Amino acid sequence: MISFNSNESFNKTRMISRRMFVLGIGKAIVFFGIIGRLASLQITESTKYKTLSDKNRFREWKVAPERGLIRDFFDNIIASNEKVYQLHITPENSKDVDILLNRIKNILYLTDSRINFLKRRIAKQKPWEPLIVSDNLSWTEFARINLFLHELEGAEPIVSVARVYPHQSVAHVVGYVSEVGPKDLAAKEYLRDMAVTGIAVGKTGMEQKFDQQIIGQVGYQRYEVNAFGKRIKQIAVNKGIQGQNYLTTLDFEVQKYAAELMQDKSGAVCVMDIFDGDIIALVSAPTFDPNKFVHGIDNKTWKELTSHRDKPLINKAISGLYPPGSTIKTIVALCALENDIASTKMSVDCQTSIELYGEKFHCWKKEGHRFTNMRKAIKESCDIYFYEIARKLGVDRIAATAKSFGLGAYHLEGFKEEKKGVVPNTTWKKRFIGKNWYLGETLHSGIGQGYFQTSPMQLCVMTAQLANGGYEVKPRLTLDENVNTGIKLTTDFETFYDPIYEEHPLLGKRLFRNQENIKFVKEAMFASTNEPGGTSYSSRFNEKDYQYAGKTGTSQTKRITQAQREADLEQTSLPYLDRDHALFVAFAPYENPRYAISVLVEHGGSGSSAAAPVAKKVIGKLIERHNLRMAKKNSLGLNTNV
Amino acid sequence: MFSPRSIQSNITFAQKIFSLDYILIFSILFLGIISMFAMYSSSTGQFDYYTKSHISRFSVFFVLFLVLSLVDLRLWYQSSYIFYLLILILLVMVKYFGLSASGSKRWLDLYFINLQPSELMKIGIIIFLARYYHRIPAHEVNTFKYLLLPIFVLLGPVVLVMTQPDLGTALLIGVSGVLIVWLGGVRLKFFTYLTLLFIATAPIAISFLKPYQKARILTFLNPDRDPLGAGYQIIQSKIAIGSGGIFGKGFLQGSQSYLDYLPEKHTDFIFTLFSEEFGFFGSMVVLLLYALITWRVIKIGEETRSFFGKFYCYGFASAFFIYVVVNMGMVLGLLPIVGAPLPILSYGGSSMLAIMIGLGVVMSCKVYRDVPIN
Repeated sequence: MISFNSNESFNKTRMISRRMFVLGIGKAIVFFGIIGRLASLQITESTKYKTLSDKNRFREWKVAPERGLIRDFFDNIIASNEKVYQLHITPENSKDVDILLNRIKNILYLTDSRINFLKRRIAKQKPWEPLIVSDNLSWTEFARINLFLHELEGAEPIVSVARVYPHQSVAHVVGYVSEVGPKDLAAKEYLRDMAVTGIAVGKTGMEQKFDQQIIGQVGYQRYEVNAFGKRIKQIAVNKGIQGQNYLTTLDFEVQKYAAELMQDKSGAVCVMDIFDGDIIALVSAPTFDPNKFVHGIDNKTWKELTSHRDKPLINKAISGLYPPGSTIKTIVALCALENDIASTKMSVDCQTSIELYGEKFHCWKKEGHRFTNMRKAIKESCDIYFYEIARKLGVDRIAATAKSFGLGAYHLEGFKEEKKGVVPNTTWKKRFIGKNWYLGETLHSGIGQGYFQTSPMQLCVMTAQLANGGYEVKPRLTLDENVNTGIKLTTDFETFYDPIYEEHPLLGKRLFRNQENIKFVKEAMFASTNEPGGTSYSSRFNEKDYQYAGKTGTSQTKRITQAQREADLEQTSLPYLDRDHALFVAFAPYENPRYAISVLVEHGGSGSSAAAPVAKKVIGKLIERHNLRMAKKNSLGLNTNV
Repeated sequence: MFSPRSIQSNITFAQKIFSLDYILIFSILFLGIISMFAMYSSSTGQFDYYTKSHISRFSVFFVLFLVLSLVDLRLWYQSSYIFYLLILILLVMVKYFGLSASGSKRWLDLYFINLQPSELMKIGIIIFLARYYHRIPAHEVNTFKYLLLPIFVLLGPVVLVMTQPDLGTALLIGVSGVLIVWLGGVRLKFFTYLTLLFIATAPIAISFLKPYQKARILTFLNPDRDPLGAGYQIIQSKIAIGSGGIFGKGFLQGSQSYLDYLPEKHTDFIFTLFSEEFGFFGSMVVLLLYALITWRVIKIGEETRSFFGKFYCYGFASAFFIYVVVNMGMVLGLLPIVGAPLPILSYGGSSMLAIMIGLGVVMSCKVYRDVPIN
């Protein structure tokens, strides 16, 4: 028994109580400390932690937006979007991915290599990340998948939107989209900012040029995710904003017609409005199916396209470079007149060849043109006459005029694939070839051979600038581009021809010294097409409304040997790749000109036989559709009164 | 100086039932019910294994607690040394026959239960020291003879548990033991010496720590040091509690726990889960229940006549309070993550068993408050 009355026991009890009291105070302090901390987290700083909690919870997946549509001038859609049927699988949702893939393989007839590729992809990614098995299923395939869907646990049929190009004739000018590559990411900041997987980027043509505007704004899908990043449920969806639509200046009817004419040929057709620079047709042949690129081109098709003799992927209208041939004679003649080194009356006796420092220079006409003045020289395309003029002018003056009329320059801003070509002069040769200029080369340049390299687009601009009276015109493909848009042509035809303007108030910069010279060249071109003996006489129109003025050209792919010349070789008997390129430039109608055209037929032989007939048919179509086009311009508020 | 109640040697059953502390009983029951809801929520709203076994454990151990309340305090007194020794033997057995999980050996497979003897030792140490100081006269406490044994009694289990390794439980055993030693009358200067010794040997002790333990301490000092690694738990726990706000996100609506951002949500971080769903008010309810239990235990310690009872109740109240505070300090980002369960709320059979036995002894102190102990 404890002695209850002992002092000892009393002291011990007191000591315990005292120490417990101290402990109790300690506990109270700690207790209130805990409450304080709780209050600070849950009351004072609650907003901060709520934000952090939401940052944990929600994650957004970006959704590729729909690209804007591209229409021709008459609202025909030339680049559109279509529903695509896709099949995604989420490995995690499937009991056995291998069985699932095998089942899909049998339903869609996939190859073993495709299945192996998919298996490798599955091994690399997280099991809850969806994988695209096929991004463009046909409707029948999609229907089959849906039919067997109950057996395909983990597979998900998806309806998405992708670019589609309804017409192959505009393939080059519209361009195509394809998967984003490392180069695109490096070059385009907006693509890096968007950071959407599976988005398509414009690779060529207008698709490339307007990519940033046409691509649209990224949408998102917001999901609640768990700590491992797995989607638990969808919270919100934003489809993004479709990209800007574009109304182009192209006339699909003309484009399609020209493409049909070029169907079995290799070459290009370029048609533009000589006043406002509207590009009405820009055809390159042969063409290709741009849809093949949208979902990733297969190796076989890619190889076929790149190894094709006629290089279908190249837009020959702006990237194909050819010597301008005799089409340059218009510029050489103008240059001579403007520089007063020859008058229109100057006459040369063409006896089929001349000799210069031991080198022989031939005219294309074996029997010679005999006495020839400038008009006849242009009309019948006499080489000897232009050798003489070129010799007097010197190459530098020819080059200056050629450049001012648009040769050796870019015309479609933003088209990466466009090539500048070469307008040779003495300094150019010194710089790029490292040799002095020879007089003989001046003679070659005078008939558009030798170093000259031009694109059909440049020749078209050149012709347009002659046709509109010698004013600069900038080609455009869309009305949104701020080029020559202010065509509020209230003035009449006469004012337009007033040569006093340094810069035409309604058009561009004046390119001539004396407009009579331009009138003369145009008249000679008219003769070339509409008078007997003219090089394109066989491609003339008799109806006055359709009459046009043109100039043929033939650009040599090879020097003609003396033996060949004596054998009087027909172009058709040469191997295809040795045949000359056929060129033709024209403006129409001759009275009140409105359109300029250039036609190139690769290895077509001569301009008069291969290129001019194409141009004639296209001009016929243009003039048929002229009123329609003007009416549409009026409805858009563009003045047509020129 | 004496209580007006008379000394009693024999108590009838009715007297026993009448003298039970019903505030304490209902506080425990209330907390138990809260724990069931929390566990249900931690299983993302399903009656899964955790929820079911937690409910059955609480039910069984709650009954055990009531039964133990009626056990004669003298029996506890007599068997206290044996109780301690038994648990010590179990702890040694863990060293050799223990089950390993995530790098530490803490459990014994007893076929019907996986027992964690270190949890029982939390009670064992209190009951041992309560009996030890019961007999020692106050003026002899600070003599060398009486100082030596408590040191070994404390050090044995602490070292055994620390080498499991289980730093959290070892610290809790150590701290609660030290508190009773102090309550027993040992002068503060000895603790000062001990603290100095501890600080002196700390560098050596730290060199024995496992890398993850060192990381935890460093992370506690600066949670942003490694937000995706060791600091992740503290940060996510603070986000969960803080985002709960005043009224909480609602039952089964805690996004942090539902989406698995919260680690160990049914054990150490159960309070975080509860706090996220029930907010500041819910948390206050839980805190007040714990305070109520602590207060009732202290009250019982005051009422009970025997030193054994006083030492036990005061010791248990302090230890219980420390368990709560350490767990809450941990989830609130005030203390390093040491791995300490929250009494009653956290999932874990051994912890629940130990707490219920401990509370049973407390209740026995109340029932036998007027019974003298030799």
